[in-house]
Amino acid sequence: MGRPGFVHEVDRSTPPVLFWRGENFSLERLPAGRSRVIYPPEPLPAIKDIDGAIRHALLHPHDQDPLPALLFPGMKLTIAFDDVSLPLPKMRRPDIRQRVIEAVLDLVAAAGVDDVHIIAALGLHRRMHEYELRHALGDRVYDAFHPRGMLYQHDAEDHDNLEVIGTTDHGEVLEINKRAADSDLVIYVNINSVSMDGGWKSITTGLASYKCLSHHHNGETLQNTKSLMGHREHSALHTSIWRLGKVLRDHGPKLFQIETTLNTDMFPEQYAFINKREWEWTAKDRATYLGVSKGLSLLPVKARRKMFHDIHSPHQMTSVQAGETSAVHELTLAKVFEQQLVPVEGQTDILTLGIPFVSPYNPDSVMNPVLVMCMGLGYLFNMYRNKPLVRKGGVIIMTHPTYRDFNPIHHPSYIDFFEQVLPDTTDPVVMGQKWEKQYAEDEWYRHLYRTGNAYHGVHPFYAWYWGAHGQQHAGKVIIVGGDAPTVRRLGFTPASTLDDAFEIASDVVGRTPTISHLHVPSLLVADVQ
Amino acid sequence: MSDKRTVSVAQLRKVAKVGDAASSALQAALRPARNLGFPYRKPPRPKGVEMPKEKSTLGADFDTAWARKAPARAVRTVINRGPMQAMVRAIANPEVEGLDRLTDLLEQDPVPAVIFAPNHHSHVDTPLVISTVPEAFRKKLVVAAAADYFFDKRMKGNLAALALNAFPIEREVTTRKSSDELRRLIDTGWSLVIYPEGGRSPDGWGQEFKGGAAYLAGRTGAPVVPVFIDGSGSIYGKGMKRPKPGATKVVFGAPLWQEEGENTRRFNARIEAAVTALGDEALTDFWTARQRAAAGTNPKLTGPEHNSWRRQWALADHRKLGKAGQRRRQRRRWPDLG
Repeated sequence: MGRPGFVHEVDRSTPPVLFWRGENFSLERLPAGRSRVIYPPEPLPAIKDIDGAIRHALLHPHDQDPLPALLFPGMKLTIAFDDVSLPLPKMRRPDIRQRVIEAVLDLVAAAGVDDVHIIAALGLHRRMHEYELRHALGDRVYDAFHPRGMLYQHDAEDHDNLEVIGTTDHGEVLEINKRAADSDLVIYVNINSVSMDGGWKSITTGLASYKCLSHHHNGETLQNTKSLMGHREHSALHTSIWRLGKVLRDHGPKLFQIETTLNTDMFPEQYAFINKREWEWTAKDRATYLGVSKGLSLLPVKARRKMFHDIHSPHQMTSVQAGETSAVHELTLAKVFEQQLVPVEGQTDILTLGIPFVSPYNPDSVMNPVLVMCMGLGYLFNMYRNKPLVRKGGVIIMTHPTYRDFNPIHHPSYIDFFEQVLPDTTDPVVMGQKWEKQYAEDEWYRHLYRTGNAYHGVHPFYAWYWGAHGQQHAGKVIIVGGDAPTVRRLGFTPASTLDDAFEIASDVVGRTPTISHLHVPSLLVADVQ
Repeated sequence: MSDKRTVSVAQLRKVAKVGDAASSALQAALRPARNLGFPYRKPPRPKGVEMPKEKSTLGADFDTAWARKAPARAVRTVINRGPMQAMVRAIANPEVEGLDRLTDLLEQDPVPAVIFAPNHHSHVDTPLVISTVPEAFRKKLVVAAAADYFFDKRMKGNLAALALNAFPIEREVTTRKSSDELRRLIDTGWSLVIYPEGGRSPDGWGQEFKGGAAYLAGRTGAPVVPVFIDGSGSIYGKGMKRPKPGATKVVFGAPLWQEEGENTRRFNARIEAAVTALGDEALTDFWTARQRAAAGTNPKLTGPEHNSWRRQWALADHRKLGKAGQRRRQRRRWPDLG
């Protein structure tokens, strides 16, 4: 059993603390007496008999009949699964989705069901490459289903294959994949890396159209999402999604939700120092850190990026539950919080965040400047329950090289967004009103999304909206070590060193601010009292 | 020149005389001992008496314990990683699938002993399995080998024990001694490769599974990993004089444990069904194999129940589906027209 999370009050004896800087690290000394470092809980033990646990979950679901009882010959069955955006980094083979889907298929075969479609629930994310599908589902499932056209990826722009299920009392239209809508049963295979995922969000975003997503993926909603990872009732995004979920439950196909949680054993043995508290680093950890960080600084950025994206994470399953969506999701959330929650006392003036090489939107790709904002203000800032770690009007300091670099295959509309929209405005609401429609309906982006491996044209807006609450909450955002013009384009302030950043922040928070540092990864949710 | 030769002959004669004298002296010296007889010499065998048999050190009694000691293991590691891997790659070019099904076993510390139960068509099968199982199993891997075939001569037995870590097992009646020894090996962490069919296929189709693997798994609690090998029969099948290089596929299945109240026969049938389903998976795809497995209609490894020529006829079609059907076409030899 790993140790629980830990808040360390920095004193003179505290060693420098590890900060991610994209595809590298640095050790930074935080001011003694007024800084604290929030360390994540150590990984929970994985389930020993994973296949047994999956089978048990399928045969003993919550608030629903066992899966075999829902299957019958001649039925139309759709299995949807989470896409490449999680888990991060990608897990070692076999991926948990493969294990769950193979177990499901065993029961489906036994029931004599022939009409089975497997759909990657992409939403507006990029289509997965073949190697990614093979990684997530395994070669056996891929080779059996893909050549027959029974394994494919959701297309939110294929209007012939979308179907309106109904409308909420707030006027939100639920439009999802037609095959799923027409199925006798939809089985959703989910990975809950963070508490934001899962539940009704799985189908109502993963299999939805742009029209459906735009009801809650917008500047206003995200600004009012005061607790993305914590209490759902404080999240305007989740409130809207849960309304759509109600429509889906009442008017949509029968659902069987399978949710899994992973532990936070995110890096293999050679990067063990990342998960450790600095004063517990052994000689080997120190040598590894020095070797890795010095070695990385000598490598070109492409080689560094490849090295990190090639990491196969050893994280493993801690729970699996199946059945009715709401019942299942409550159990899942409890397990996620058991792994990630760290009680923290009060807010501070400054929040420091090391931004890693990857976010949910750049697996095997470039962490472009828009995604740096999304990762910092959208994800890491939101890793709290109750209240943010930084007080309203406080300063958020991130460390990342923030190079002006984009992957034109995966992020074509991000390039134009950076060059066209950000010079005009960084306000999520304004850009939504002025620019979003143009990007969402652009034929070229639509073509690239549907036939290539590009994120939907509107996706950079969504990435930007994700940080809307953080942007609104912080008095100033500083990026340490970033390319200065690029950082300014994002509407942030560049700084060369962390000490410079503290100096710049003093305009907003005074000369002796209190500081919180979120020691990620691993993942943690600060339960701020 | 001629003088020299004359002198030389004379000298030789002298030497011969000296030799004769020495021989006579030696015989004279030995005469008393020869006359001494038993017990200084071997006793004569009286007529009409049946001599007790000497304890055999061949076959099932072949001592292979030395092959599991450190020096032999070190030599075997070199053989496995070097010439055996190279030979397997050159002759059988294996494509390996299903190793992900062993992940849970591999993540245990220490890695538990397992019983690999492959189908058997060829002498290439054992090197194939040895070179494709994960390293954690390979380090402590024993191969059950036919005592009457591999251990009938000392040299052959020693070679099999050293290179393959072969352990002699009788094909027809497994003695208590060999099964006890195998159980002891599994209990001490040695994984085992055992061919449930008992021997190589005589006609290209599989044979009924015998209960050895199921019995050992039931007694030791070790899981059985079903393995299907495709294509090896065309490389060095029974009756072939020399290997004919080709391609193979090795598919590992999910480990199976004997269930509560399940007897050896039923467990054996489950192992056979699992290897059969893997065979179907190797030749078709996962979903087809699972559907047929659920319906109990996976094509049998033992082939159709026809008479011999129709079985052979069907075998040709069956092979076309697998790796043997993907054999590279022979290079055309054009006539030299000058």
